[in-house]
Amino acid sequence: MAEPTYPEELRYHDEHDWARIEGDEATFGITWYAQDSLGEVVFYEPPEVGATIQKDSSYAEVESVKAVSDVIAPLSGEVTAVNEALGDAPEQINEDPYGAGWLIKVKLSSPEESETLLSAEEYRKLLENL
Amino acid sequence: MSDAATTLRKTPLHDVCFELGAKLVPFAGWEMPVQFEGVREEHTAVRTHAGMFDVSHMGEVEVEGPGGLRFLQRAVSNDVAKVEIGGAQYQLLCNEDGGVIDDLFLYRLGHDRYLIVTNAANHDTDLAQLARVSREFDVAVRDVADRYAMLAVQGPHARDVVERTLKVNLPPRLHVAAVHVGRRPAIACGTGYTGEDGVELLIDPEVAAPIWAELLEAGIVPCGLGARDTLRLEVCFPLHGNELTPERNPIEAGLGWACKEETGFVGAEAVARARSEGTAEKLAPFLIEGAGIPRAGNPVLGAGGEEVGVVTSGTFAPSLERGAGMAYVRSDLAAPGTELEIDVRGKHRPARTAAKPLYNPDRRS
Repeated sequence: MAEPTYPEELRYHDEHDWARIEGDEATFGITWYAQDSLGEVVFYEPPEVGATIQKDSSYAEVESVKAVSDVIAPLSGEVTAVNEALGDAPEQINEDPYGAGWLIKVKLSSPEESETLLSAEEYRKLLENL
Repeated sequence: MSDAATTLRKTPLHDVCFELGAKLVPFAGWEMPVQFEGVREEHTAVRTHAGMFDVSHMGEVEVEGPGGLRFLQRAVSNDVAKVEIGGAQYQLLCNEDGGVIDDLFLYRLGHDRYLIVTNAANHDTDLAQLARVSREFDVAVRDVADRYAMLAVQGPHARDVVERTLKVNLPPRLHVAAVHVGRRPAIACGTGYTGEDGVELLIDPEVAAPIWAELLEAGIVPCGLGARDTLRLEVCFPLHGNELTPERNPIEAGLGWACKEETGFVGAEAVARARSEGTAEKLAPFLIEGAGIPRAGNPVLGAGGEEVGVVTSGTFAPSLERGAGMAYVRSDLAAPGTELEIDVRGKHRPARTAAKPLYNPDRRS
């Protein structure tokens, strides 16, 4: 995906992560800006299914050739699924950050935390001021 | 914008790199392109075709005078008497303790005329040491860094494309020739930092941008310092500041071949001692056995989990498609094939030391 894209239906964390919230479940990934800053992702190691993750804390690392970056949880919960396909094809995180490049699915422990996340418009504004 | 950012130096190719969409980063006091399209693509372009790097941040020092050879035998580590006119030689610049102040390429331009290419971060230090040593000899040492833009064109097709596009005859590998580029006098060096064949062109800064444009038009892929680093790491070329420091001697760095102590260079006694007595640690290239990417500073662990060394450079190696690096390890663990673990941010990644180079362009089928 060559052009910046920030889908309206997602919620954003200011550390450049997104959440697709469906009731008390959510899918997480990193934003177009995050993958573009990082460069081509060559390694991603997911957390264990069943692991507890904490909003604003790192739950995984993505690595490009030159750099490693923490992935920050936008919301708290328990990991219910991880994107195993990224083990062999981590470049999906660059090519399709909101689709095939999703990172984990989570059962939310505090769904009300989502009120603190940014809308697509707010996130775009944040990027403009970086 | 911080003061540091506003005082960064810019090369004659800075603006064309910026216009091409390069990501620019501070490097050794310069604002340099770290990547254009992506490190991996650029790396592969150099391994399979040809890429070009703006390395104008590197410094040049001219040495001229009847005492040139005697001065250089004292100043730098290799046997300069072996270098014929038009030849090139790798050198270390050492302190009295045998520590490495910088690594350099020396080119012999004429009977009493030599050119030294320095690393940007060390240029001023090198110049000071060279000037100090030169006082005992009938020789002039001149900083000529501002005289040249430096363009490295590297890859199996680099030589052909450069010769055809710029209409120059390039010297063979490890040789140097005075040429004309863009109708201005230039120096063509058959050297590089990627393990591939290629050329490093020292050209008039005023023609740097048009020459870059011509090569771009001819299909040479613009590359940044990111790819330069992965390329050199795969072939185990040391980087000053990582593998080489004033606290490490050439013997532990595996560069004894570039030191000829009988020439009496500064630091020769310390290097001779390290050579005969051995060193506590040695630089060892290694490959990660499974998942994980080592990074500089990661601890190296032995079979019992004890710390036995430290990673000096680590990356994902695009041509090897795995994590790879170099580390200083206890000498008894440096032999190729030794099983070790790298502590990558708390995860212990199995690794195995390997022979140099980790990637061999000459064995490519």
